[in-house]
Formats: sequence, structure tokens, C-alpha cells
Amino acid sequence: MLTKPLSKRRRAYGRLMRGLMVTCAGLTGALVLFLLVYVMVRGVPNLSWELLSTKPSYLTGRIGILPDILNTLYVVLATLVIVLPLGVGAAIYLTEYASNKKLVAVIEYAAETLSGIPSIIYGLVGILIFSNHMGTCLMAGALTLVIMNLPTIMRTTQESLKTVPQSYREGAFGLGAGKWRVVRTVVLPGCVDGIITGCILSVGRILGESAALLFTAGFAHAVNGLLTGLATPGATLTVALYVYAKEQGEFGVAFAIAAILMVLTLLINLAATLVQTCFAKRRSL
Amino acid sequence: MERAIHGVFLLLGLITVGCVLLITVYLVISGIPAIRKIGVGRFLFGTVWASTAAEPQYGILPFILTSVYGTAGAIVIGVPIGFFTAVYLAKAASPRVRQVMEGAVSLLSGIPSVVYGLVGMLVLVPGIRRLFGVPDGASLLAAIIVLAVMILPSIIKVSMTALEAVPREYEDASLALGATPVETWFRVSVPAARSGIAAAVVLGVGRAIGEAMAVMMVAGNAPNMPGLFQSVRFLTTAVASEMSYSSGLQQQALFSIALVLFLFIMLINATLNFFLKRNKEG
Repeated sequence: MLTKPLSKRRRAYGRLMRGLMVTCAGLTGALVLFLLVYVMVRGVPNLSWELLSTKPSYLTGRIGILPDILNTLYVVLATLVIVLPLGVGAAIYLTEYASNKKLVAVIEYAAETLSGIPSIIYGLVGILIFSNHMGTCLMAGALTLVIMNLPTIMRTTQESLKTVPQSYREGAFGLGAGKWRVVRTVVLPGCVDGIITGCILSVGRILGESAALLFTAGFAHAVNGLLTGLATPGATLTVALYVYAKEQGEFGVAFAIAAILMVLTLLINLAATLVQTCFAKRRSL
Repeated sequence: MERAIHGVFLLLGLITVGCVLLITVYLVISGIPAIRKIGVGRFLFGTVWASTAAEPQYGILPFILTSVYGTAGAIVIGVPIGFFTAVYLAKAASPRVRQVMEGAVSLLSGIPSVVYGLVGMLVLVPGIRRLFGVPDGASLLAAIIVLAVMILPSIIKVSMTALEAVPREYEDASLALGATPVETWFRVSVPAARSGIAAAVVLGVGRAIGEAMAVMMVAGNAPNMPGLFQSVRFLTTAVASEMSYSSGLQQQALFSIALVLFLFIMLINATLNFFLKRNKEG
């Protein structure tokens, strides 16, 4: 007989490990499902057009989150507008221009350090560097988030720059193009997917950020235009959630905001996957 | 022209280095004065934090210990669950299950920390109060559970990447020698990926020790020495809870706490880099 049945001990080991794996994976899955369902069930009934389209009024005791939605939009916009050129430029320097290996290592180490710093420290540094000079305002919050999201944009751009074939650059150089022309016309169009992925990830991070914004951007609820909005203090959705839940005990509103944030997180994850598969397909053609 | 553009890109490249230096310098400059005034020993090892008392005392040992215990607790709960889930998804799961679970894990990592805090406040805190019969469920235990959930996605993702990078030949050789698939995963693949898995754990430590908002919502925020059912304050929440109304020496002391937290994080980053480098070298 060639195949001997496994010994009892080995069978028990296999069963134990398989059981542990399935239990843990099941637990993780159940946890996600629970969070999703719980937040939706508690949040969606509290959503109403009035909540979404008005600002809080002490006179009528009504709560509206329109200002928080607008503030979130402003912060996302301002952060992306500033961080994109910086991050993409840094990535281009690292992959296209830098010839000093040591300098590259230092820059990459700095980026890794930045991505490891917790947001509460960004908040404090944001107070020191920005809020102490320009006052507590959305712009100070956005500038703090710029530092925070720099490594994300840098990394995703760098990854996609590495996939632009070397022969493209050589071809362009061979036709007599200068370095800048090659970067502008050959390299940059090739890394659009990385930039888009970076933007999506950054938007997700900005939407979820609270500790870095609480003290730099404040927590006012006023409806403003983009420019005045950026110059005055304001709460984003996450900060508003925190204030309503922790300071005011308005759990209905807090869950309504949580449900909105949950849907946005889902959409952002979906968008990131879609962009990746879409560009992967195009590349393989 | 070319030279000027090269210079511009060099500057952009150096921005991250500048930011790190700026953060370090600002934290050190604003963190040192209070430590000097209070005294290193009394600041780091003082057991009483009473910043608003008539005779204020600034001892942050309770915060340091709470952060260490809280992180350790989150690791003890989160790492085994994350580890087994990662092995299952990387090796055993069918493509369909894997795809769904990967989406679920991404969602878990994308959920804002205040949402975790909110759910913790309304599910975990009352649950602990009822289950263990303590007067207030806002405690170290609640924070540990929330942190354990929050570090799960990092642990699962990084461990999975490491497990998937294990060369196919190792596993084939083990299977050919008569090991069962389960034995192969746990006795060949996991040891081969151990640096990556260690990096996942260290990353989890970094996440847990740096989390502020979710912890602030469930831990109770009283500056007690840590106990499982005590209302406690972490290093992060010590900074966050008093920042809005502090001034003078009190505010300076908060910056000193941030400096201590920053030093912890730098230490963790260095460890993480060590493991990541070793993982790359194989």
C-alpha cells in the first residue's frame, strides 16, 4: 500500500489550524458586516433632506450638516490642489532626475517617516506651524493635511512612473528631446493612473481625518463660499460627528453622518479598484 | 532652462525631508521647556497628573503605561485574528471568497476612526458595563477592543503580501515530501514570511499607539493608572483632551507629551524599517 493514512496527531493539527483560520476569517468578515449594518440601521432613518440642506439653528433647536459637507469639500479641494504638484514633482525627481543614491534613500526614508506619524501629532504641529500664524481656519487644516498626504501621492506616482517603459524615454531622447520635454510629453502622461489612484486614496484619508483637523481648523458650523470658508474656522464631517457624539450627545445626527461617511468610504474603495483594473487592462493591451 | 527645471524638481523632492525636519524641530523646541521646568524624572515617572489643580502636578507615567498596556492588549487580541485571517486568505480561500474578503478588509481600513469611536461608545461601552457589572464601561478594555479592530486591516494586508511573496517552489517541495497543505502553510510558508509578518505586527503597534479620536470616545479620559476597567488616558488622548483650553505651563506640558509620543513612534518606525529591509533581502 503506497498511501498510509495520516497519523492521528497530524490530522488533529490540520483540523485545528483549519478551524482557527476559518474562525478568524469568519470573525473578521462578521465584524465588517456588523459595522456596516449597524451604522446603516442607526444612521439612515435619521437622514433627511432638511438635515442635509440646512445649517444648525439654536432658535429652532434644529441641526443641519450642510456647512460640514461644504467644509469637507473645501478641505479636500484645497489639500489636493496643493499636494498634487508637490507630491508628483517629488516623485518625478526621485525616478527621473535623481542620480545620488544616498539622497534618494534619505528622501524615501523621510516619506516613510511622514506616513508613520500619527494624526494627533500632525494636529499639534499644524497648530504650531500654521494656526499660530494664520489663525484657526480651514486653510490651516488643509495645509496640515498636505504634509500628511504628501507621502501617499508620492508613492503612488512613483509606482506608476516605474511602469513607464524605459524604451519610451530612450526613444524620445533619441529623437533629440530634452529631459524636461521627455518628462512632460512621455513620462507624465504615463503616470496618470498613479496620480488618480493617489488622489482617491488621499480623498479617503482626508474624509476620515479628525484629530489633525480638530485643533487646526476648529469646529464652527457656518455656510460660506469657498474662499471665505477657507479663511474661517469650520468643522468637516468627521469633526462634526465627534462634536455631536462626544460633546452634545446628539447620537442620531452622529449616526447619520457616520452612515454618509460609510457610503463615501465604500464608493472610494470601489473607485480605487475600478481605476486600478481599468488601467491594468489598458496597459496589457 | 533644463538646469532651472532640474533645480525645481530637486526642491520638490526635498520637501518631505524639510517637513520631517520641521516637525522634529518644532516638537523638540516646544516640548523641551516644560520638561526642564518640571524635571525629567518628575515628568516621566510622576504618577499624578493634575494640570488644573491649585498646585499643578505633571506626571505622565499613567499615560505612558496606559499607551503601552493598551497597545499590548490590542496586539494580543488583534494579531492572532489578523494572522490566521491572512493565512486563510493568502493560501486557503477560494478566489471568490478572497475577493469579497479583500473588499471587506479595505472597507475596514477606510472607516474613519470617529465612526469606530461612535460604535464603541454605543455598543462596547454599555456592553462592558452590563457584562462585567462595572459602574462605567468607558475603560481600558473598551479602548483595547476598538484598537484591536482598527489594527486588523494593516496586519492582514501586510501579512498577506508577505505570504504571497513566498516562492512557489518552497511549498511545492514541502507538498512533494508528503506534508499536507495545512502543514505546508504553517511550517514552510509562514516561517519564510516571518520578517513580513513581524513588519505587520510592528505596523499595528504604530497604528495603535498613535490612534487618538476613537480612543478618546471610549476610554473615559480620567488620568488614572491603567487597570482593565479603569477610566484611562493614553498619550494621544492626554494631548487631545486638554489642548483646546490649555495655556502656559499646562500647554507646554502637552507639547512635551507629544514629544514623548513622537519618540515612541520614531523607535517603532526604525524597527519597522529593519523588518521591511530584512523581508526584502529574503
